[in-house]
Parts: sequence; structure tokens; C-alpha cells
Amino acid sequence: MNLAARRDWQVATATLFRQETPQVRSITFEATAWAGHSAGQHVDIRLTAENGYQAQRSYSIASPAGEGRHVELTVERISGGEVSPFLTDELRIGDTIELRGPIGGYFTWDPSISLPLMLIGGGSGVVPLMSMLRTRYRAGSTVPAKLLYSSRSAGDIIYRDELDTLAAYRDRFDLVHTLTRSAPAGWQGQTRRVDGDMLAHFGFQPTEKPQIFVCGPTSFVETVADQLVAIGHGESAIKTERFGPTGDKR
Amino acid sequence: MKVTRGFKGKQHGSEETTDRVPPGQYVTEEFPVLTAGPTQQTSLENWSLALQNGGQLLARWNWAEFEALAQTERTFDIHCVTKWSKLGTRWRGVMFDDLLKAAGLTAGPLMYVMAHCDGGYTTNLPVADLMDGKAMVATHFDGRPLSAIHGGPARLLVPHLYFWKSAKWVRRLVFMATNAPGFWESNGYHIYGDPWREQRYSGD
Repeated sequence: MNLAARRDWQVATATLFRQETPQVRSITFEATAWAGHSAGQHVDIRLTAENGYQAQRSYSIASPAGEGRHVELTVERISGGEVSPFLTDELRIGDTIELRGPIGGYFTWDPSISLPLMLIGGGSGVVPLMSMLRTRYRAGSTVPAKLLYSSRSAGDIIYRDELDTLAAYRDRFDLVHTLTRSAPAGWQGQTRRVDGDMLAHFGFQPTEKPQIFVCGPTSFVETVADQLVAIGHGESAIKTERFGPTGDKR
Repeated sequence: MKVTRGFKGKQHGSEETTDRVPPGQYVTEEFPVLTAGPTQQTSLENWSLALQNGGQLLARWNWAEFEALAQTERTFDIHCVTKWSKLGTRWRGVMFDDLLKAAGLTAGPLMYVMAHCDGGYTTNLPVADLMDGKAMVATHFDGRPLSAIHGGPARLLVPHLYFWKSAKWVRRLVFMATNAPGFWESNGYHIYGDPWREQRYSGD
């Protein structure tokens, strides 16, 4: 991919919706000039009101690498937000927005690299990690992979069925869920915030030299990245993306 | 211009603040954290800041020496390439001009600077963008020591460029003769990063 090429805005049409959870909707856009992307990259989107007012935001791409013309985004509705409620509630099939990308050359996974793939996601931070898992599956990769995925409750798990399906292929992908607020009766997964013990128990060991991607709310990523370092993973192996408030307004 | 059916947007903000917000940005009261890896934890005892001409050391300050340099308090608007802007942020630190002076220099010996940070982060800047009151090495935010997640003990602050240029955990400022890309500049982001010209990505 040529990182130096200018990324122009292009018109994209909403072609498919999937309601992932009550707060989260996946949207597939068709963009005829889309040149493909790497797993983990994001796009910028631009919305324009009738009076010319514009708003831009960045969203991680959920669809697998290499998919021509179709770009799937998974959007969590942020109450009081300017753009996400429009995308989750107002946008209809056939509507157009503008997008440009793909953006970002660091938080990306290349299926030709044979190191184990360790993914740790919190909430909608699972989105770029899902692009990596879909890319891995699409490539027929058997690189060992693990996803440790933290959600508030079972109803907040994004891509739940698809993740279960991927985990059932026995192609060396292991899935571990943890729920931090409430768990249904009979829940088989973990029931606490991700901590060092959980990372050491379910993750790859530092000696296995995994590539590690962590994405989620700021406090989640801070904790996970610090704990990964504490249990011996090299800092340069840990790639992070943080989002959302820090509680730190000043 | 392509109108998005049904989109109105918030359209808030007085004209006064609108003039302060570069194209494509929105204003937030929050202070989001964007970092490519783990937060760096550097104790003040182990901290120092070096000024170098290539491999040659020009000056180095430990924490006490740095705190003894002329301190300046300034209020700036800051603009992150991920679209948020935060207005009226209050910082304290040492202006780059005063660092040069403390090193016995009146101008940068070369045209460009690479900032090197704990954790291996780098970013490149023209020296001209650091001088004449445009940049500082900041140790305090809003009256308090800068927290580690926001780049403490000390971060570069170059508020007229996108905020990835304001490198967290800065430890070495190295003059260089020719411009070279730092970390994000090698990963798809613009070599200069002027928010008013919306220079977000390579090719913008």
C-alpha cells in the first residue's frame, strides 16, 4: 500500500446494517474508489448538513483486509454524541456519506507474519481486532491467535455469534470472554476486569514472542498495557489504541 | 459539497471559538489519550533532557537543573489529528528559546530537530517551529505536574501543529541537517502537520 498517496474524500453508500447490540450497529458502505486496507486501520468519515456545516470522525474498520469496495464499520452509540447517534439511528440503506482512508500504518496486522497474535479488547475496542481475526480466517492462517474480550454484560458482546463460529474452527484461535458488570446464569467465561493473572493465564507467554494489540477505553488499555509489561512482555510488542474520556477534563 | 441526508450536527460554538477551531476538528472538554504503546513511567531521579547536535551533546539538564531554568506559563489551544481540539489549556515549562539560551546558543545549529522519547517514540520538526515563543518543554498542566498518561514528567508542546508533534516523555532533542520522518510520519501521517491546512496524512 502506498502510504504517500493522497487520500481523497469519496462518496460511500450504506448498503447493509446489522444490529450487534442495542447500542452498536455495523454498517457496510460501498465505496467504488476504495482500494482496500490492512487489518487494524481506520477511516475518516465526513457528514455535511444542508447549511454546509460538517463533522468528521475516525472509525476503525471491521471488515477483513483486502476487501474491495466494501468497508464495514461498527459504531457504538454514544449518548449525546454528534455523529454516532446519526450513524446508529438515522442513517438508512441507500444514504450516502463521505469517507477517506485507509488511515494508519502501525496498529495493523499482516497475516504473513507467523508470530502468535494476542488480542485484548474492551467494549467496542474489539472492532479493529475483529478485522484482524476476519483477515486471519480469510487468509486460512493457522498462526496461533487468542482474543481476550471484556464486555459489561452478555448483551453488550459485539460479534458474539461470529466469534463463537470462528472459535469453533479449531484453527488455533482461542476466545475468552470476561464480563465486568453482570453475568447470566450458567456463564462459562470470566467475570472480572482483565488483570495480570488473567493475561498470564489466558495469553501467550512472553517467551512465545506474540504480537499484541490492545484496544478499548483509555482506563482499560492503561491497565492492560501496564500489566502486560509487568508480566514480562516487551513494550515494543504491545500496540495500543485508546478511546473515550479519561475523566481528566482539566 | 455532498449533503448527508438527515444530518444536522450540533453546530454549537460562538464565532469567537469557531475561529479557533481548525477545519474538521470538534471541541472537547475532555483530554483524550492517544499513545501507540504502554504509558512510560519515568522517575524524576532518572529523568534528564539532552540537547544534541547530531551525536554531539550540547547540553543536558537533570530534573533539578531543568526546574531551575526560566519557567514560563502559557495558555494554548491544542488540536489532535484524531479530530478533537481542546481550547485554553494552561501549561508551564521551559520555552525552547530558553533552552537554546541555557545551552549558550542563539539559534539552532541545523534546520531540523528530531525529538526522542522514552519508549522509542520520535517526531520531527523544523527548528523554526520551535523558536520565537512557539514551543516549550512542558512539565505542568493546569497548575499540576503533568501526569504520565499525558506525557509527564515532560512533553514537548508545539501547539500550532497537530498534537502528535507534541511528543510525550521527551528526553532528547537532536538537531539534524535534513528533515527525516519520525514515528507517525513514517506510518502514514503528514511530515509537517499544520491543522489549519488540514495536513493530517501523507499526501494531504
